[in-house]
Order: sequence, then C-alpha cells, then structure tokens
Amino acid sequence: MSDTKNLVEVRDLKMHFPVKTGWNKTIPLKAVDGVSFDIKPGETLGLVGESGCGKTTVGRTLLRLYTPTSGEFRYNGELVTEKNMPSLRKEMQMVFQDPYSSLNPRMTVEDIIGEPLDVHKLYSSRDERREKILKLMETVGLNAEHATRYAHEFSGGQRQRIGIARALAVDPKFIVCDEPVSALDVSIQAQVVNMFEELQEKLGVAYLFIAHDLLVVHHISDRIAVMYLGKIVEIADADELNENPIHPYTTSLLSAVPIPDPNIARSRKRITLEGEIPSPLHTPSGCAFRTRCPYATEKCAQECPTLQDRGNGHQVACFNR
Amino acid sequence: MSEKILEVKNLHTSFFTDSGEVKAVNGVSFSLEAGKILGIVGESGSGKSVTAYSIMQILAGTGKVVEGEILYKGENILNYNKNQMRSFRGKVCSIIFQDPMTSLNPTFTIGSQLMEAILLHTDRNKEQARERAAEMLTLVGVNEPEKRLKQYPHELSGGMRQRVMIAMALACEPDILIADEPTTALDVTIQAQILELMQDLQKKLGMAIIMVTHDLGVIAGMCDEVIVMYGGRVCERGTADAIFYHSAHEYTKGLLRSIPSASNMKEKLVPIEGTPINLLNMPKGCAFCSRCDNAMKICLEQKPDEMWVGEDHLASCWMNVKKEMQEKAGVTNE
Ligand SMILES: Nc1ncnc2c1ncn2[C@@H]1O[C@H](COP(=O)(O)OP(=O)(O)O)[C@@H](O)[C@H]1O
Ligand SMILES: Nc1ncnc2c1ncn2[C@@H]1O[C@H](COP(=O)(O)OP(=O)(O)O)[C@@H](O)[C@H]1O
Ligand SMILES: [Mg+2]
Ligand SMILES: [Mg+2]
Repeated sequence: MSDTKNLVEVRDLKMHFPVKTGWNKTIPLKAVDGVSFDIKPGETLGLVGESGCGKTTVGRTLLRLYTPTSGEFRYNGELVTEKNMPSLRKEMQMVFQDPYSSLNPRMTVEDIIGEPLDVHKLYSSRDERREKILKLMETVGLNAEHATRYAHEFSGGQRQRIGIARALAVDPKFIVCDEPVSALDVSIQAQVVNMFEELQEKLGVAYLFIAHDLLVVHHISDRIAVMYLGKIVEIADADELNENPIHPYTTSLLSAVPIPDPNIARSRKRITLEGEIPSPLHTPSGCAFRTRCPYATEKCAQECPTLQDRGNGHQVACFNR
Repeated sequence: MSEKILEVKNLHTSFFTDSGEVKAVNGVSFSLEAGKILGIVGESGSGKSVTAYSIMQILAGTGKVVEGEILYKGENILNYNKNQMRSFRGKVCSIIFQDPMTSLNPTFTIGSQLMEAILLHTDRNKEQARERAAEMLTLVGVNEPEKRLKQYPHELSGGMRQRVMIAMALACEPDILIADEPTTALDVTIQAQILELMQDLQKKLGMAIIMVTHDLGVIAGMCDEVIVMYGGRVCERGTADAIFYHSAHEYTKGLLRSIPSASNMKEKLVPIEGTPINLLNMPKGCAFCSRCDNAMKICLEQKPDEMWVGEDHLASCWMNVKKEMQEKAGVTNE
C-alpha cells in the first residue's frame, strides 16, 4: 500500500488529560492512548465504541482543539503541527452532534454560513458572498427563502443541515462528523445520512464518522474502527467487520445492537458483556478489555496486544482470537 | 385469549397552554393482556409519554384527560379518588423513566428509598423490608447488595441506577410495569443487559409491560404487541409480526424503509420527507398526510377510521380502504 495515497494518517496518537485527584496531585486520564489509522480521499472511516471510550477526543485532537500528548498526524503527507494548523484549518472541518447548541440562535442562517467565508476572505464582493451562501444552502437542501431566518426557528434536521453548510463553506477535504445524526428522529436521520453520502459523491470529501448507532455507521462507512478505553481494538472494511468480527469486544458490541426485525431478533444469540467499562483513570494492565473478556488469559494482564493485520486490512488487537 | 388487564378506550389528553389547546393524545385505544409486553413506538412528540402519564395520572399541571376511559380489570381508573389512585400507582402499576434520577432522590441512600416504597405498599415490617430490598437488588443483578443499600444514587453508574430504579418499581410486585424509554440514554451493551433483565423479570414475576420507545429495534427484540403512534394518534396496532412484516399504514412503512438494516446496506435509505407535524395546527384529515407519498384527496379531508386489516391487526389508513375497494372490483395493482 502506497502511503502517499492517504489523505489522513494518524500514528500512535495520545491525548492524556491531567486530572486532579487531590490537593497538589494529578494523574493522567488516558482518553486516547495510542491510536493509528488512515483515511483515503473521499473515504468514510466510521468510529464506534461505548461512550467515554475517546471517540470525540480523537476528532478534537486531530483538529487541534486539543494539543496531543504525543503521536503524529499527517494530512496529505504533511506533518500537522501547531504552526501549520492555521493554514490547514480550511481543509478540515467538524460537524457536531447537537445542532441546538453548536449554532448561535441569534444569528441568521446567512450569517452562520457566511462566517467562515468572512474569516477566510473567500469572496471579493457582497454579491459573491451572498451567491456562495445560497449555493451552499442549495447543496444541503435548505430553501433559499430561509437565509434571513434565525437558527432557533428551525427543526433539528434543518439545523444539522445549517451546520453542515457552514462546514462546507471553506471547501474542506476532510470532515470530522461527531454523532451528527444521533439527536435526530429516525425519519429525519435518513434524510441527513443521505445528504452526507450525496455530498461525498459530489465533492469527494473524506469523513471520520463518529456515532454510536452501529447500523447507521455500517450504512455510511467504507471501513470501521472499534475503540475501547482509548485504543482501537479492531479495524476492517465495513461489511467484513459486521460479518466476521474477530475481537471479543466487537463481537459483543455487534450482538447487542437491536435489530428492527422480530424474526432475526428472536433467533439471535446475544453475547452479553458482564459489567461496565472501567474508569479511564484506572485502566486495567495489559489489554484494557480483559476484565470483561470471556477469553482473557494470564498474558492479557501482562502485555497489551497491538493491531495485527489478519489479511485484507482486517486488523485486530487480541492474543486469543 | 388471555385476560385483558388494562384497556385504554378513545383516550384524549390535552395541554391547555397560552398558545392554545395542545391535543397531545387524540383518540388512542389499545388493550394490554396480562403477562404480555406491549410496545408503543413513534418519533418524538408523537404522544407516547403523554399516553403513559395519562394512565399513571402524573400529567403536568396544564395537562388533562379530556375524553375516554382507562379500564383496569374493567374499572375506570379515571373515576378513582386520590387514595385509590395512590394505591393503583403503588401496587398495580409502576413506571420507570429514561433518567433514573427522576425516581431516585439524591439525598437518601438506595436502601432507605427501596425500604420506604416497600413499607408504604406492603405489610412488611422494617426488618422484612430490608431483606426484601436486598433481595430486589439481587434480582435486578446489582452486585454486593448489602453495600449498595448504604450507597447514594450518585455513587452508582448509569446502568446500575437504571437497575435500582427497576428494583424500586418492582418492589411491590405490580401487575403492570410502564417503561418510558428506559434504555435510551445507555450504551448498546448496557441497553442489552437492561432489556434482557426486563424480559427475565417479566418471565419470573409475570407482570405485563408497556414498553415506550422510539427504537424499532428495541420493539422487535421484546414486544408481543405493538402500537405505532404519530401526531397523538394510533396509526396501527397488532402483533409484532403484523407490524413489521405486514405494515398497513404508510407511516410505519416509511419508518421501516428509513432505518438501515441488513437488507438495505448497499442502497440509499428512503427517508420520510418533510418535518413532524405541529400539534397546534392539526390537519383535518390524516395526521401523516402532509408527509405521505401516497396521500389522496380524501386523506387531506377526512380522518381515517381504524379498520381490521388482518387477524389481530388494525390500521387507520385510507390506502387500505382503497385496496379493499380495488380488490372487490377485481382490479389488481400490477
Ligand atoms: N477536556 C477534558 N478533560 C478531561 N477529561 C476529558 C476531557 N474530554 C474528555 N475527557 C474524558 O476522556 C474520556 C473520553 O471522552 P470522549 O472522547 O468524550 O469519549 P466519547 O466521545 O467516546 O464518548 C472520558 O473519560 C472523558 O471523561
Ligand atoms: N407539559 C406540557 N405542556 C404542553 N405540551 C406538552 C406537555 N407535555 C407534552 N406536551 C406535548 O405533547 C406532545 C406529545 O409529547 P410526548 O408524549 O412527550 O411525546 P413522545 O412521543 O416523544 O413521548 C408533544 O408535542 C409535546 O409538545
Ligand atoms: Mg463523544
Ligand atoms: Mg417521551
């Protein structure tokens, strides 16, 4: 595999937050603890895992909303640093879960979408600015008449469209989508999922698509990465991961997804995980999943398995499966 | 057929707000059989919670049941006085919510809250109540029950709190458990644990469950009967198989098309276009008609009545009338 073909290359990325545990004492919360993955231009990598496993932190660290503790991020082959991030900002955008809180309710749609155009001086006249805004609104399926309305006048699905139009204003090549459809009703969710897919076909933008709904992630992703306590435990092609999951965590996660089909639901065997995800302040030694793993051995407590390719890019971090 | 333990007949519940009467529940009927799990599904604002709260009579101040009957073993509970209602809520019917902190008091220990519920609604003494509380925690899969009894709600994880709330709701062995989106805030693995627990307890204790959720996957996994709601009305109701495999309302069909499933992974999803309706501005005809691809003239003008479309399957959609008329006239849809 030629490395130059990747748009995004992440190597051993770590984001540890210092957490006060007492007077004068802090310990690191290892929110992201050595993740590596690639994304090709126009590709979607889905990122799944239970809440608190570090998905949002991965996205925010890539966009330098946090300064990573260590690790590398190459964008188009170029090492991303504090210094060149401002010039790369135009290339990378983020879309958030909550369309209600991520948009200023007192701004008009026109101003929300226009703001990044202003910041990056992407027009030469008022007319051009307006034209660009209307074009963006059309791209995400918003009615041009709504340009002068305020964000709070819109429904959840429409606000999500406004947020996406704003992200698209600078013509990015990579968008981190952090739970962008989680707050929406299913009937509206499908509209927004389709829009993401259509935008990708039209504009060739790559997504890191974070979500906890595994069916939605399967639908939209080319490949999927599964995280557990700050680490990626398995990455594979989306269909491959769903049909042949290898890591015991992936297997149980998939078996817990409610399937909207009574016959399948009745005949299916659930692999129920015991207990809950441990605190990221006190992660178990070795493999972090071993405390809930039915296959755990002595070795798992001593050593942490790394991702190994099992063929066709299906990577798994597990000694026993 | 087994015993109908709860019958809701033509329920209308409204909120009287400054902007007018919000008809949140608009002619809902269904019956719940003893020991069965009934699902109520629909998107947000469709009236699921208000239906549940009407049964428990825990509506917000401006809310009122304006028409209809709620029969428990044949008795209309809407005629109950305060005492009868209190006893209904304690001994007959319990409710659990999405957020366990709605039912748990942060300033009291788990033990004292569980014991209070038990002492209030059964004739156990203090010692027996404590035993029962520990027993209930074990039953809902809380480890180290003796230790937990002394802990406060905030010392437990979200999943544990949900288990405690279930223990609390079941402490007095109700005939009916209403669960309003009990797993919506939880991760799928914890959701699976809680749903499994509810099914296990249902088998062990034999109560009936009303499962309120927006998630068709949760419905498919555990419900015997299903009610699909939209805009405060019932679109269709029937067995889970009837609803999923022989949907007879355009809204249900649309919902099932719009969710990703094993069969449409390689295809574009088919969304329901438009936005949910405004209850202050209800259309004259079918509530769903403005978003329905197959809407006919009559759908705009006249509310469709509920009609039988199969054994144990009722639906309110003019398309069924059209189909029936076409079949009678010998026209096929080829
Ligand atoms: N700014 C922060 N400071 C300290 N801890 C944080 C911060 N952001 C996230 N965390 C912690 O990092 C872990 C991962 O969080 P997050 O990335 O939000 O997970 P996810 O998005 O998968 O739910 C959690 O334990 C969370 O509490
Ligand atoms: N306290 C209230 N005051 C006014 N309207 C209310 C109140 N509670 C609920 N409603 C309205 O009733 C409708 C149904 O709400 P609800 O039953 O909570 O829906 P859901 O199906 O999401 O549970 C909503 O449109 C909501 O606006
Ligand atoms: Mg997150
Ligand atoms: Mg509700």
